Amino acid sequence: MALDRWIALIILMICLAYGYAAFFTMDATLPPFMQRNPVWPSTFPKILSVIGALVALSVVLGLEKDTGGGKEPDIDYTRLGDYKIGQALFLLGLMVAYALCLRPVGFLGSTMFFLIAGSVVLGERRWFIMIPVAAFASGGIWYLVQEVLGIFLRPWPFFLGV
Amino acid sequence: MLEGILIGLTTAFTGTNLLMVIGGCLIGTFIGMLPGLGPMSIIAIMIPVAISIGDPSAALILLAGVYYGAIFGGSTSSILINAPGVASTVATSFDGYPLARQGKAGKALTVAAIASFCGGTIGAILLMIFAPMLASVALLFHSAEYFALMVVGLSAIAAFAGTGQVGKALLMTLLGLIMATVGEGALFNAPRFTMGIMDLQSGFGFITLAMAMFALPEALYLVLDPARSNNEAGGEIKDLRITRDEAKQIAPVIGRQSIQGFLIGVLPGAGATIASFLGYAVERNIASKEDQEQFGKGSIKGLAAPEAANNAAATGSFVPLLTLGIPGSGTTAILLGALIALNVTPGPRLMIDEPEVFWAVIVSMYIGNLVLLFLNLPLIPYIAKVLAVPRTFLIPFILFFTLMGAYIGQNNATELLILVGFGICATILRFADYPLAPLLIGFILGQMLEDNFSRSMQLEGGIGFILERPMTMGLLAFAVLLVVLPTYRARRARIRAQGIADGD
Repeated sequence: MALDRWIALIILMICLAYGYAAFFTMDATLPPFMQRNPVWPSTFPKILSVIGALVALSVVLGLEKDTGGGKEPDIDYTRLGDYKIGQALFLLGLMVAYALCLRPVGFLGSTMFFLIAGSVVLGERRWFIMIPVAAFASGGIWYLVQEVLGIFLRPWPFFLGV
Repeated sequence: MLEGILIGLTTAFTGTNLLMVIGGCLIGTFIGMLPGLGPMSIIAIMIPVAISIGDPSAALILLAGVYYGAIFGGSTSSILINAPGVASTVATSFDGYPLARQGKAGKALTVAAIASFCGGTIGAILLMIFAPMLASVALLFHSAEYFALMVVGLSAIAAFAGTGQVGKALLMTLLGLIMATVGEGALFNAPRFTMGIMDLQSGFGFITLAMAMFALPEALYLVLDPARSNNEAGGEIKDLRITRDEAKQIAPVIGRQSIQGFLIGVLPGAGATIASFLGYAVERNIASKEDQEQFGKGSIKGLAAPEAANNAAATGSFVPLLTLGIPGSGTTAILLGALIALNVTPGPRLMIDEPEVFWAVIVSMYIGNLVLLFLNLPLIPYIAKVLAVPRTFLIPFILFFTLMGAYIGQNNATELLILVGFGICATILRFADYPLAPLLIGFILGQMLEDNFSRSMQLEGGIGFILERPMTMGLLAFAVLLVVLPTYRARRARIRAQGIADGD
């Protein structure tokens, strides 16, 4: 089974779980006065879940054959090993680390680390360019966001106050 | 209408707003040139900036400027390095890149800029004529018709977005609608489908979703496949002039394609990409024999056609957005999200309630086109230097801007984790060739769709509202037809291809 049909199967599961919640669990908490309404919070989700499940099922079963004219996809996932999958995963990991560090470590430190580490992962080794660029970019963007846009961004680690 | 133009002129010709147009166009061109950042990602990144401006007209003018700039920047990178940043400029590279290889990069850029300028200007004039007419019709609509109209819009998007894969596109639309129901709805003050997670109480952030659907997968693709950003410059940019003879050659092409592009842009779901490919194909078919030979080898007609068409279509896509409040493309969907965040509700009442927003946008379209022609074009040789930035620096910055876009919108670090999660899902979906724009459009329209649905249900006391007015029925039937017809025709074509008679 091709990847697109596996995905359709997962979406079918989501639709079924969603439909289960809409049909069986949501209405229990509905206050009595609202039950006289012709439309409940669960009405629209019920319709969506039914249509969604039907469409997902039709994709899973492959009722509609691909008539895209043999269009070459951007990336052939069956040859995933040929691509720089390690670099991509590493960068994603860096993004997660950035999300977790942003508050405790502060904007300037985490951004500099992110930009430098990102370049290093991609194979850059010219430290004397990387470090000034990262420092300048994080400082400049912090200034833009904090002072020009007026959105609070904690610049320094939590133990330095602010 | 004259009164409207005057309102627009007075709003657009203030110092700040002029600065917004110029700044927007420059930023758009600059970023649009980078591989992997299309107009959708750029607008999504700019939204927090636009929102913090506060004034809706200024914000929309900025975003519209960014949009045009990004399209122009995308054409530039298609011509210079054969790396279209956006799908709608793929057709530009067919003839633009060969021209650049012949050392005529400057000429190609000028032709592209003039074609875009004319396309955009003609589009804006048509928008000025059509939008008020459509809006006055739309004022007669009830919630039931609105509901039906949105269903038509969504099915049209599904039918056009997935070439031969309507089922997949439809599935993405439904997934978007389902995601829109998470959180507290407007009509019912009860959290739904939050699974007890506090951060989901207000639903998914649409900027986060837009970033995760478009910017992040593009950036990851650049990482996965380094060949995509390997650029080989097509030659030095010099001599931006074109001759009188060449101008005469492209004039009728631009005229035809601007009108055709605009009309295609108005249709929901079709948009600039289809307009540019169709424009290219039509011009090739009607060209004379010797001109036809030139197509694909550096014909200026073949360059002017998609450029005029995609700009006119980009303008055309504002018609349904401004008059009905229904976005026809991913980009206008993001603009709609921005408008809602600025407390402006696009729709037929926009022209009555806030004429200055409506007309200022139209006037700023003219100004934007002028800026592109007279300011950006001469600057292109310098802006193009950005293409020389090595990818080892470029990619971390693109990822960082994606993160910042999601963070400053919500000021919440959990949003970043959601962004990464959805980004991975979106990349996998792209591997499997699922179109992502329908998901985002479904997500943004979901709330409005449900509100109109619930309102009509309450008015008629049940699902009977569908049968109550013939217009509602007609629109819904049309929506079903839109989805079923391509599937049915594809099926018949396949059966015929197998040599089996299909009964009629």
